[in-house]
Amino acid sequence: MTDAPGIRIEGSLTLEGWPVFDGLSLEIAAGAWTAVLGPSGVGKSSLLRIAAGLLGAPDFTGNVAISDGRPLEGRIAWMAQSDLLLPWASVRDNVVIGARLRRGKPDLARADAALEAVGIAEKAAQLPAKLSGGQRQRAALARTLYEDRPVVLLDEPFSALDALTRTRLQDLAHRVLEGRTVVMVTHEPLEALRLAEKVFVMGAGGVAEAGVPAAPAPREAGDAEVLRLQAELLARLAEAA
Amino acid sequence: MIRPLVTAAGFLVLWEVIVRVTEVPSFIFPSPIAVAEAFWVSRELIGWNFLITFTEVICGLVLGTLFGASNALLLIRSPAARRWLLPFIVFTQAVPVFLIAPVLIYALGFGIFSKIVMTTLVVYFPVTAAFYDGLRRTDPGWLEMARVMGASPRAALWKIRVPAALPAFGSGLRMAAAYAPVGAIMGEWIAASQGLGYQIDYANGRTKTALAFALTVVIALMGVTLYWLVGKLVKRMTRWAGDSTL
Repeated sequence: MTDAPGIRIEGSLTLEGWPVFDGLSLEIAAGAWTAVLGPSGVGKSSLLRIAAGLLGAPDFTGNVAISDGRPLEGRIAWMAQSDLLLPWASVRDNVVIGARLRRGKPDLARADAALEAVGIAEKAAQLPAKLSGGQRQRAALARTLYEDRPVVLLDEPFSALDALTRTRLQDLAHRVLEGRTVVMVTHEPLEALRLAEKVFVMGAGGVAEAGVPAAPAPREAGDAEVLRLQAELLARLAEAA
Repeated sequence: MIRPLVTAAGFLVLWEVIVRVTEVPSFIFPSPIAVAEAFWVSRELIGWNFLITFTEVICGLVLGTLFGASNALLLIRSPAARRWLLPFIVFTQAVPVFLIAPVLIYALGFGIFSKIVMTTLVVYFPVTAAFYDGLRRTDPGWLEMARVMGASPRAALWKIRVPAALPAFGSGLRMAAAYAPVGAIMGEWIAASQGLGYQIDYANGRTKTALAFALTVVIALMGVTLYWLVGKLVKRMTRWAGDSTL
């Protein structure tokens, strides 16, 4: 992904009359994995929605600047905690839903390749109801891959999964999203430290960058530096809350 | 399937026994055998009038469903329609259909046309209300995903909102199927020269009670069959939703 841009978000957010953040400034590096941590209600998910263009004036006043100067529209893929699979469509049809929504011709071969890449090729013809929680999130990841966007926004995508499945999916996501500008909102310090090149902690006082292990991602959960930084991150999160 | 039939058979035997023991006159309370006899004797009359009523019911059901579904789509697409139309639709439902019936009959005549319109009116509201509600309750996450993917509102409506609302639409349709015969029969009862509702009124007026019973059974069977058929159709349409819809 040579065209994966960096993103700078600056501004203030007010939701239903309540100030969520004020004078925030966040720099997201091009082609890297950035994690944003913070207590609930601090506006982490809103940040992604601002980047995705789902949230704007009058709630958000400020600026979303793209490093290559081109608009982000049409260059974003979105993956949320809920897999958002359509229950009436087969897994394969869910993967190509973007093409159908844009009234284009779905590339079924590429859809099957995406399902192959996430390891559920044999589920292509099934309805989502037949899939386990982990398989469903794999299907959502395949849909994200099919979209093939330089910027990927992840809103706690693995938080509903059990620990083992989560670890596997983190590794998988890291491998298949390599080279893209990834912004992941999470409440889990370990997840951030395993995957991200940059970690930010969002609190009432603003955004602060936190330390990241020197080893390349994805890092082992038992890595000494990961564990040390995890303790540090937890302390900072407690402070921010 | 067997158990309700056994219950029905038991009920018929009990009915026959009560009539024989009490020796109640047939014009007050006919026995099942007398009803069956009346059915057989008048089978041509019943068959012809069944066709009339059935035509009214089916036409009304189709028209009411088309009208209701397109109204629900209009309401979801247009804020102006919501402001101008929605209160009016609710208001019309506050007027009982049998009060509008005489007006419809004056305007449209004694024939089947006024009955089709009445059935349409009866069918229209449950379909509109249920479908509109389903369209409105679409998971906002799906709609946001569609927006991020670059979908037009129109594409999001047809690819996401409408399929997501099909179970709700199905519930409305099933309810409409149960009500539809009521609309047609009510119209025939008030003023008509043919149809099952008219024939019941006619038979009652001549103390042909057994025939009135036979006609009532035909109406009930039509209602149940219609409900069952529409239920099957709805189930096929929304198989993915499992048994969550009734």
